[in-house]
Amino acid sequence: MNRTEHPRAWWLVLPVLLVVAFSALIPLMTVVNYSVQDIFGPGQRVFVGSEWFREILRDSRLHAAFGRQLMFSASILMIEIPLGVALALAMPTRGIGVSFTLVILALPLLVPWNVVGTIWQIFGRADIGLGGALLRALGSDYNYAQNAADAWVTLLVMDVWHWTSLVALLGYAGLRAIPEACYQAAHIDGASRFAIFRHVELPKLRGVLTIALLLRLMDSFVIYTEPFVLTGGGPGNATTFLSQYLTKMAVGQFDLGPAAAFSLIYFLVILALCFVLFSFMTAGDER
Amino acid sequence: MKFRWRSVGLAAYLAFLLIPIYWMANMSLRTNADILGHFRLWPQAPTLTNYMTILTDPSWYSGYLNSMAYVVLNALLALGVALPAAYAFSRYRFLGDRHLFFWLLTNRMAPPAVFLLPFFQLYSTFGLIDTHIAVALAHCLFNVPLAVWILEGFMSSVPRELDEMAHLDGYRFPRFFLTIFLPEIRSGVGVTAFFCFMFSWVELLLARTLTTVEAKPIAAVMTRTVSAAGLDWGLLSAAGVLTIVPGALVIWFVRHHLAKGLSMGRA
Amino acid sequence: MSDFEWMAWTAPTAAFFLGIAGLLIGMTVWQRFSPTRLQRGLLPIATTRGDRLFIGLLASAFLHLAWLGLTPWSPLIALGLSALLLVSVMRFG
Repeated sequence: MNRTEHPRAWWLVLPVLLVVAFSALIPLMTVVNYSVQDIFGPGQRVFVGSEWFREILRDSRLHAAFGRQLMFSASILMIEIPLGVALALAMPTRGIGVSFTLVILALPLLVPWNVVGTIWQIFGRADIGLGGALLRALGSDYNYAQNAADAWVTLLVMDVWHWTSLVALLGYAGLRAIPEACYQAAHIDGASRFAIFRHVELPKLRGVLTIALLLRLMDSFVIYTEPFVLTGGGPGNATTFLSQYLTKMAVGQFDLGPAAAFSLIYFLVILALCFVLFSFMTAGDER
Repeated sequence: MKFRWRSVGLAAYLAFLLIPIYWMANMSLRTNADILGHFRLWPQAPTLTNYMTILTDPSWYSGYLNSMAYVVLNALLALGVALPAAYAFSRYRFLGDRHLFFWLLTNRMAPPAVFLLPFFQLYSTFGLIDTHIAVALAHCLFNVPLAVWILEGFMSSVPRELDEMAHLDGYRFPRFFLTIFLPEIRSGVGVTAFFCFMFSWVELLLARTLTTVEAKPIAAVMTRTVSAAGLDWGLLSAAGVLTIVPGALVIWFVRHHLAKGLSMGRA
Repeated sequence: MSDFEWMAWTAPTAAFFLGIAGLLIGMTVWQRFSPTRLQRGLLPIATTRGDRLFIGLLASAFLHLAWLGLTPWSPLIALGLSALLLVSVMRFG
């Protein structure tokens, strides 16, 4: 890409800067300010330095929430990425089947996040839900509100239901971008179906799959609404992830200082992940 | 034979996607007493009572109107500021351009819970609480970066020669941008609008924080009314079904560009 | 315009943000007088001066967190170490 220098560029990006800075910079500065103070009420605050950070970093409940978060993100990535690729490979390439499949695949992405929770809340209940009733009929004592393992499984299935489509659609876009000539060359060489996947399709998919992987990693890291509706973080703390814990602290207990310190640590982790994503993407652009 | 198995797998997955939605639709066509009393795979005596309740009670349907209002406002706002910026990112090299792009991207990724704390106070200070514009502006936090990202991808696939030819033909920049360049990337604009719609429509945490009565989104109305009424499953399901309908309609119009848009115009 | 008391400014945080703003302005001026080039050092990717500043700052932030989380000593020592880290990333990264 041969881009030129032009003084007009800054004027063109100025509106974006203003709009985003208003909603991003002022709150971020405020969070930094809160994180070093103990706040009792309007105008009543004491500077405490790095005390909250020290406390938060040693908070065992937070460690547990972080561990659960990692478990959750790792689990859904291990299911959603291979499943998404498989779906992308199985999708039809022409005919009315294409539109049909695309629309159904995209449907879960357009459901408001709390309604996703509601759908699975209803579906999983043993008394009125199809899924719950089916499991009961098979002799299991499935109950996502009481049993931690069941709550986990329900959350995982819900997330797979909600987001695998994203991976599949990204993979589909990547596959469509492969020139027909590549396949023909492979056929002439007498390559097997698996060999075509391994040596033609997978390398071409690397770009979109990395985007998909990092998008899913980051979005699952900030998941809030769906578990909030489905399990409310329970039973006990079994499905309390980082965002739930943070919101509980900030809104529920009004511990502004510790919550702000927590927010900043959380934000730094996301920032580092985001930097990896960005370096990868632009490295691809320059080549 | 191999091809058959793949189709069967795909069909099974599509069924897995549809069955929970079907189940909610099933619930929405029955009364609460019927739902709690009998287990049925399909409604025996389908009734539209739940839908009638929602469509005639202002406290319900105003939720839909509020959601629509801020979603449309947000899409217009995001597109308005993102179009020139995306052009700048795709055509010009300027000091700190990559860092700026990265900073925008971090806002798309940041957990809304982090910003929740001071958001309410910030918007109170400007007297914006409980207005549609407040939610629209707050959703710009993640939609503007996304819009810039997608549009930049689409714009970069338009050859630079177009810009140069227009310049030689004596077009001034604003006129070139509106009459030549925009029509060239109209599918990109459509896809971007779709994604702004999508992410603004599905978001609840910020929308709920910034509104109390006048601009309350439907998703928040759902949670409140349900807890007050002691869980009316039929009504809850009907409201849920109605939140899916706009999304389903919109997908139909952008179905051919969906995949490309999802890969941010880069695949 | 109503008041911004809720932002709860303190002298140290104000100094922190002014420092960041100063760094950005300084980098801009530096760039004017001697433009940066992509360079490949110890880091796995080719970086410009701005990239190295960002990586250095991010690494310093994590160093502070590790210091606070793992050691009982004063964060001022971590500040000193971060300064060293930042300079070495800028120089060798």
